[in-house]
Amino acid sequence: MLRFIFGRLAVLIPTFIGVSIIAFSFIRLLPGDPVMLMSGERVMSPERHAQIMTDLGLDRPIYIQYFDYLVNLLHGDFGSSIVTKRAVLTDFMQLFPATIELSLCAIILAVALGVPAGVLAAVKRGTWLDQTLMGTALVGYSMPIFWWGLLLVIFFSGYLGWTPVSGRISLMYFFPQVTGFMLIDSLISGQAGAFKSAVTYLILPTIVLATIPLAVIARQTRSAMLEVLGEDYVRTARSKGLSPFRVIGVHALRNALIPVITTIGLQVGVLLAGAILTETIFSWPGIGKWMVDSVFKRDYQVVQGGLMLIAAVIMIVNLIVDVLYGFINPRIRH
Amino acid sequence: MSLFEVENLVVEFQTAAGPFRAVDGVSMKVNAGEVLAIVGESGSGKSVSMLAAMGLLPWTAKVTADKLQFNGIDLLGLSASDRRKIVGKDIAMIFQEPVASLNPCFTVGFQIEEVLRIHLGLDKKARRARAIELFDLVGIPNPAERLSHFPHQMSGGQCQRVMIAIALSCNPKLLIADEPTTALDVTIQKQILDLLMRLQAEHGMGLIIITHNMGVVAETADRVIVQYKGRKIEEADVLSLFEAPKSEYTRALLSALPDNATGDRLPTIAEFLSDDQIFAGAVR
Amino acid sequence: MAVVEIKTTTPPTGLAEFWFYFSRNKGAVIGLVVFTIILVLAIFAPIVTPHSPSIQNRDVLLLPPALSAGGQWTYLLGTDAVGRDILSRLIYGARFSLFIGLVVVTLSVISGVLVGLVAGYFRGRTDTIIMRVMDIILAFPSLLLALVLVAVLGPGLLNAMIAISLVNLPHFVRLTRAAVMSERTKDYVIASRVAGAGTLRLMFLTILPNCLAPLIVQATLAFSAAILDAAALGFLGMGAQPPTPEWGTMLAEAREFIQRAWWVVTFPGLAILITVLAINLMGDGLRDALDPKLKRS
Repeated sequence: MLRFIFGRLAVLIPTFIGVSIIAFSFIRLLPGDPVMLMSGERVMSPERHAQIMTDLGLDRPIYIQYFDYLVNLLHGDFGSSIVTKRAVLTDFMQLFPATIELSLCAIILAVALGVPAGVLAAVKRGTWLDQTLMGTALVGYSMPIFWWGLLLVIFFSGYLGWTPVSGRISLMYFFPQVTGFMLIDSLISGQAGAFKSAVTYLILPTIVLATIPLAVIARQTRSAMLEVLGEDYVRTARSKGLSPFRVIGVHALRNALIPVITTIGLQVGVLLAGAILTETIFSWPGIGKWMVDSVFKRDYQVVQGGLMLIAAVIMIVNLIVDVLYGFINPRIRH
Repeated sequence: MSLFEVENLVVEFQTAAGPFRAVDGVSMKVNAGEVLAIVGESGSGKSVSMLAAMGLLPWTAKVTADKLQFNGIDLLGLSASDRRKIVGKDIAMIFQEPVASLNPCFTVGFQIEEVLRIHLGLDKKARRARAIELFDLVGIPNPAERLSHFPHQMSGGQCQRVMIAIALSCNPKLLIADEPTTALDVTIQKQILDLLMRLQAEHGMGLIIITHNMGVVAETADRVIVQYKGRKIEEADVLSLFEAPKSEYTRALLSALPDNATGDRLPTIAEFLSDDQIFAGAVR
Repeated sequence: MAVVEIKTTTPPTGLAEFWFYFSRNKGAVIGLVVFTIILVLAIFAPIVTPHSPSIQNRDVLLLPPALSAGGQWTYLLGTDAVGRDILSRLIYGARFSLFIGLVVVTLSVISGVLVGLVAGYFRGRTDTIIMRVMDIILAFPSLLLALVLVAVLGPGLLNAMIAISLVNLPHFVRLTRAAVMSERTKDYVIASRVAGAGTLRLMFLTILPNCLAPLIVQATLAFSAAILDAAALGFLGMGAQPPTPEWGTMLAEAREFIQRAWWVVTFPGLAILITVLAINLMGDGLRDALDPKLKRS
């Protein structure tokens, strides 16, 4: 088992290096003067220009620059934002919890609804229930989620007035951000109504972000379930006189979940991509919106650093999912 | 009163090309302590009839019969939950591919103990003790250790022993064995067959063996039923069947052994007997 | 006892067989019909549209759709903030979306299949390097990578297409590579090699035709994903730029009107949904028709 983990880690290192090369090249590929791009200043005298070139190490050979960049990365220095003047890593750590909270809620919703839907569709294969569930899943998976979010806002926030339009919590609440997770912080703060407010602000963004993963998970669960239901061991389980619930919920599901776990893991990338759009629509202060804003504001250090950080997060999550998969599948464990 | 009685069993499947009769009017009786062999080619409906009796067919199958009785209970009229009380407890079945028939995600101990829990209501200690006892009974070495193994860690023969142990766990009155040795090595085949026969004698169970191997029939059965394309062609006690088969089809089956081949090719039954001739020669 | 007659006719082969299985999936046929309608509308846009998509008409700013109060029948789906007819813009938008889908899929498939063939056939270090590079691309969320690429190349439709093609590349490489690796050890390939077939011939004429089925299905899904991604980039302002009537770009412009002019927001998104849904329905039908395991008895 440990060998399995080390094997995966070994693959991670060249990938990490490759990702860092891409992030490093990013600014140098942009049109325009790198000094101007990296410092953000529009006008400067030639002396200033030379000064910054030396400061940023841009006068040294490219491979030395890359090496410096790599060393900085390993020390946690991802550059500084032109806009906030703070280290990119600091801004990232401040905004990341918002994205994590949203993504976690979305994936929980997607699994909690998607897996049962898939199981039900598989068990009732061919009936109208199956076709309705899978038809809905197909629509969800074909949906432009930025439009879906706008529609939900028009209806639930505009027309019905049930949910707010943007932000994480009502402006009337103010308390220290202990964990960065609004749900937890609002509970800790003890202020009446804070938690409820945090929940109402979370509902629509979660639904929007969860839509595609839910659809994909439902479809995958159904197809995994259908395969498993045809296997010999399911027939054995039935021949033991076990109830259908036990046959499907214990014997079949356990096996069907194995490929589904891989799917859920792959959804992380989808979630982060979706977070970019969802956070933009709902002005949710997470890293997705941060990246989009930075591209527009030409805060290129942030884009470069953010790219690196997000890729690192995805690689780590993929590693965790791989390890989890190794645990769940007894054939790999032993 | 016989232990297991079937009269005029018909099983029809819904397929894309219309309804298909896998079993067409088969009848049989098995008494307690008796060994019945059902023999026939692939597609003769031997497995389907037994699966139908156990209620293990998919919803696309329509099962009808004049009589389908076990131990005096009418199986056709039973509700699903009542049937589940009998299946796995008083009637048990083992299948052809032992490794595939066990759930790869659970230990073999889990898979046998769950039957003990659900049908007999034993507590944890009792379950474990009984499981070890059963593993010992079927000849699995180091039973206590084996309980925590997964199916893929065991050989085909051992998995089949586990399946037999599971089937016997509640002391069933009838055991159905669907091609139990077909997927196993020749040397293991004999061991498993001997085990089955010994257990059958010791427990006084009714045993139905489904096979396409006449050698297995000769070694194990008291009575034999020959099936072809869903219909019964002949039924007789084993000695009579081998010494003086009454139907042409049975004679053809017995002669279709490689030992009896003359010339370059093995003759196939279809070459000298058409379906109509086979059905016409059926001995009831 | 009644004997059931089972009709046996010779089963259809080739294109007829494919159509037989495809047409049994009602959704797939509906998808095909809808897609064809959209395609025809897009091709004949200049003839079909009631108005020009770019002419602004100050008299009819933010007109509601024909069936609502205040609407006019000449502007069936209403007008936008500068008086352009939404229906006409949508139909022209179809041209962009379908074109994007086509270009992206062509680029991704050709490059992906080539790279995948090389990786799967030659194995060894070539394979490892190629797969590492693909892993690197996959380490980034697709939209983010596309966004950054467009930032580098500059916003616009062409750059958006290049970015999306690059992001799709690993999927086709993986697919082709897996198919090639499983086919390459099969007897017919070894037989060809023994008979003296050269590497290129083996790769393209022997192995590739047998890997086509999953490729076709993936290409269909990539087509719809490309349309969604291009619209997303347009929505974020990094894809087609205004006044281009691309559906995503139209949505970006419409955002400020969600309170007072719901039609400016609803219809472009609906157009995206219907098109993508039609293509995905066809993709599902294709998968069922081409997958030999699902052939019914």
